[in-house]
Formats: sequence, C-alpha cells, structure tokens
Amino acid sequence: MDPMTGTAFVIATTLKILVFFVLLLVFVALSTYFERKVAGFIQDRSGPNRVGPLGLLQVMADGLKFILKEEVEPGGANKKFFFLAPVLGLVPATVLFAVMPFASPAPTRWGLMEMIVADVPVGFLYVLAIASLGVYGIVMAGWASNSKYSFLGGLRGSAQMVSYEVALGMSLVPVLMLVGNVQMPEIVSAQQNFATGPAAYGAWFFLPLMLTAFVFLVAGLAETGRVPFDLAEAEGELVGGFHTEYSSMKFGMFFLGEYAHLITTAALITVFFLGGWDIPFWQGDNIRVLADGTVIGEPTWWKTLLTFGSFAVKTLILVLFFMWLRWTIPRFRYDQLMDLGWKVFIPIMMVYIMILGLAMYLLDEAGIPVGWQYSGALIVLNLIMMVTLIWGLDRGMIVKGATSRTRRRAGGIRGRMTPTAPSEVD
Amino acid sequence: MMEAFFFLLFATMAAGGAIMMIASRNPVSSLMYLVLAFFALSGVFVMLDAHFLAAVQVIVYAGAIMVLFLFVIMLLNLGHREDIDMRGHLARLVALVAGSGLFAAVAALVFRGEQATLAGEESRLAVEAMIRSRGAVGALAEPLFTSYLVPFELTALLLLVAIVGAVVLARRRAP
Repeated sequence: MDPMTGTAFVIATTLKILVFFVLLLVFVALSTYFERKVAGFIQDRSGPNRVGPLGLLQVMADGLKFILKEEVEPGGANKKFFFLAPVLGLVPATVLFAVMPFASPAPTRWGLMEMIVADVPVGFLYVLAIASLGVYGIVMAGWASNSKYSFLGGLRGSAQMVSYEVALGMSLVPVLMLVGNVQMPEIVSAQQNFATGPAAYGAWFFLPLMLTAFVFLVAGLAETGRVPFDLAEAEGELVGGFHTEYSSMKFGMFFLGEYAHLITTAALITVFFLGGWDIPFWQGDNIRVLADGTVIGEPTWWKTLLTFGSFAVKTLILVLFFMWLRWTIPRFRYDQLMDLGWKVFIPIMMVYIMILGLAMYLLDEAGIPVGWQYSGALIVLNLIMMVTLIWGLDRGMIVKGATSRTRRRAGGIRGRMTPTAPSEVD
Repeated sequence: MMEAFFFLLFATMAAGGAIMMIASRNPVSSLMYLVLAFFALSGVFVMLDAHFLAAVQVIVYAGAIMVLFLFVIMLLNLGHREDIDMRGHLARLVALVAGSGLFAAVAALVFRGEQATLAGEESRLAVEAMIRSRGAVGALAEPLFTSYLVPFELTALLLLVAIVGAVVLARRRAP
C-alpha cells in the first residue's frame, strides 16, 4: 500500500494535529488531577474528592478559577515580555508532540496513514532544538516580572536547563549509534524484531543502553523543572520562583506548560528507550515503512489502536513514576545540581560513548549479526557498567543508609574511637 | 504559490527581526528579536531542504548561545542607554563606511542577477542522490568524517582553544 499523497495527506495531517493536540491537552488537564490524587495517596490523605464523582470535575473548577481570577500586573514589569513568557513556556512542550510516533501505520482507502504528525528528516534533532527553547519562558518570566525572587528563579532556571541540555543531547548519541538514523519511526522500528531491512535489535533500548536511559531519565526530569530539580521554582526559598508575580490564566499557562512538559518527556523516554508503540512479546505489530515506500508487516486498524494503547500505557506509567519521585525526593542543593550535570553525567556519557563504540566495533569484527545476540552482549556490558556506576554514585549512602558516613566519621571506621566534637560531624 | 508565501513570511520575519534587533533600545528585546531572526532563517533553510542546517541553527544559536547571552545580559543588568557604549566619531564613521560597503557589495550581487553557485549542476545532483540514500544527516556526516575530517577536527580544536582562553582570562587575578 502506498503512502498518502496530495489532498488526502493534507486532510489527514490536519486531522492528526487536531486529534493529538486535543488529546494532549485532555491528558495534561487530567494529569493535574492525577498528581493530586497521587500526592494524596503518598501522604495518606484523600486528595480532591468534593467536585464531581471522585473529584474528577476538580479540573473544570480549576480552569474556571484560572479564568475568573483577577489578573495582576506588577509595577515596573515589562508588559510585552510579561505577556510573552507564559506562551513561550507552553508552546515548546506541545509542539514537541509533532514528531512523536503514536502508533503503527493505519491503512485507509487513500493510502497508508503514518501515525505521526510530521516525520521530519532530522527526527530527534528537532526534539533537541525545540526542547532547548523551553528555557526562554522561564528566563523571560523571571526578568520581566521586575521582582527579586522571579529574577533569581529565572537565572537558576536558565543555568540548569543549559547544563542539563548537554547531558540530554549526549545521552541520545548512543541511540543514534545503534539506530544509524535520526528519524523517530526508525528508532521505534530498531527496537522491534525484523528479519529484513535496516538494523533491528529486538530489544527495547533501556536494556542494551541501560546507562544512557538512566542519564536521559534524570536529565529529562531536570529539563521539566520538577522536584527534585525545581530550583527555578523553589517555593521554600523564592516564594514561587519565576512565576511569583503571575496570576490567573497566565499562571495557568505555566501550570499547563509544566504538565505538558512532563507528558512530553515521558513520551520521549517511551519512544527512545521503551520501544515506542511496540507491544512486548508479540511479533504481529512489527510494521515498518522503508525509505523507498515498501511496507514490511501487515498494518490494520485494530493493530493501530492496540499499539496506541501500548504507547499511552507506557507514557502514563512514566508520568506516574515522575509524580511518585516528586512526592518522595527532596530538592537538590544548587551546587550539587551543577556537579551532577557537569562533573558526573557529561564525563560518564563521554566514556560510555567510547566504550559503546568499541563494543560495537568488536561485535561487528566478531561477525555477530544485529539481533538478540548483539543486544544480549550489550545488555551484559551495560549491566556491569550500571552496577559500577550505582556503586560509585552511592558511596555507601543509599545502601547502608544516609547516616552511615556520619557514623563512620564519628565512630571511627579505622578503629579511631576518640570522641569527636559535634561540629566535626557532618 | 505556497512556497512563495512561506518564503516571504520567513524572509520578512528574518529581515524584520534583524532590523528590530539593532533598532530596539532594550538589550533583552534586541536579543529576542535576534532569536526570532534565527528562527525565521531556519525556516528558510527548511524550505531549501537543508533540514539539518535548520535544526542545528535552532539548537546552537537560538537554544544555546542566545540563552547564554540572555544570561549575561540579565546578570550584568544592562539596562542603561546604549549610546554611552558607542565609541567616538571616528569609530562611527569607520563603522558606517564598512557597513555601507558590505551592503553595496551584497546589493550589487543581487541586482546583477548572478546566482552564487558554489558547485555545478552535476555536483548538485550528486548531493541530492546522497540525501536520498543516506538521509538528511548522513549526507552531511559522511563527507564531514571522511574527506573533510582534518578541517573538522581542527575546528573542534579551535573551539577548545577558545574555551581554555576564556577560562584563563576569567581566572586571572587582579594585581
């Protein structure tokens, strides 16, 4: 079946934009409710339960509140940028969905419809480009508000995002090395099982690229600016950080932007490391469209729906994971945040890329074809490195408990039993 | 029709952004106009089928360098009137002459109707065949890492030297 062309393509693309945009906004609205329920569950309370059944209409009530509240504009604010900042915060997070492959291609009367709004030739470079623009909203808001707290929040936000963008970009290099292509549908196909066509590893990349997936997860979380990386907001120190001076719907847009960013990051991790719309242990969904238009596999409508379900479930599980993190882990200290980005993640990724390159070279030299053996070798290599890394990062703090270092210092690990002054105990 | 419309849109945005960047008094406004100009320029690149260039334009300029500029502008709080920063009359005169000279050269090229073709028809076809077989990124990466590897690595070295220089300058203590 041929890909869509002409008018059918234009109409299909417009429809896809409408459907996926509305779907994204609905998920964003629901995730604000979901977050409170999760918070309630973790803190052993009910969460929203007054408006509508199970409190589900809380979302509507919040929206109404945002619209009806008075809009305050602080004195001395730069009007133009004060207005522009929330828009710049929300737009990049939503347009990222344009290159997300949602489901397997669907056959229609007018040709094969690929379930992606725009299959741009630069694929995830587009993701990096748009993701790097998210910082403008925060910086603009901080600067235009004419407030100390906002300004500090904006500065922190820009430094943090620029730092973690490097780690984010570098953690995508190994994916590129394995796939050999930057297009998003190809990245999904490479994690499936194909006998013919370009390289397919038959394993979701979080297994053969475990360490990369970990770095991407943390760097992606830092890019969303949520706890433990919400230094730009830091309500304990900076009132509300960059959005201190915002009220009503302008604040609402920042709020929506944060959740849109959360869902986008989860979807990106799904595509890059969790096999995208691939359904595990089932070969029926192995459908790919090659560059010359030939289709491998049998696309049908019910497969499209099933794979979309798989994509949505994976994304929502990751969203839940991020929420769980938010209500579990305290905020980073600023210098620790910078250390983690520059002194831990970037060197690790550099070394990792070199080791991976060497491993791929050796595997190619050994004549092992791309497939489960190849992936298996990479999985073993990654497991070793992952264990070493966690052991190194941990330094006896998590496994033995956070107080072990204090006890070691105070009690004397080398048999030093002399009592220590309280000031020496950290 | 469609193409002309989008070209005019992006071209107007790019030129307008560039003009507003030097015309606006507020440094942060200037910077945002420059970002707009970069963005429009990358739109033009997409229309020329130079997708990789368009993406890199946004990643490197709009996403990284401009954010650092913004950071510096905000940190130094450059809010004062800019004409104080300008040099004396002689420097302005030199700038005027150099600027109009460059403008005249570009304008002359445009009005003489000469297409600046760096390569002939056959190499253009070769590039297009390469894009079809290797994709937008591969077509650029392959010559970059084979035929032009040494210049490419030297450029990287140049950037490294610049970074080391910046660190040395920043760490120099006042006597």
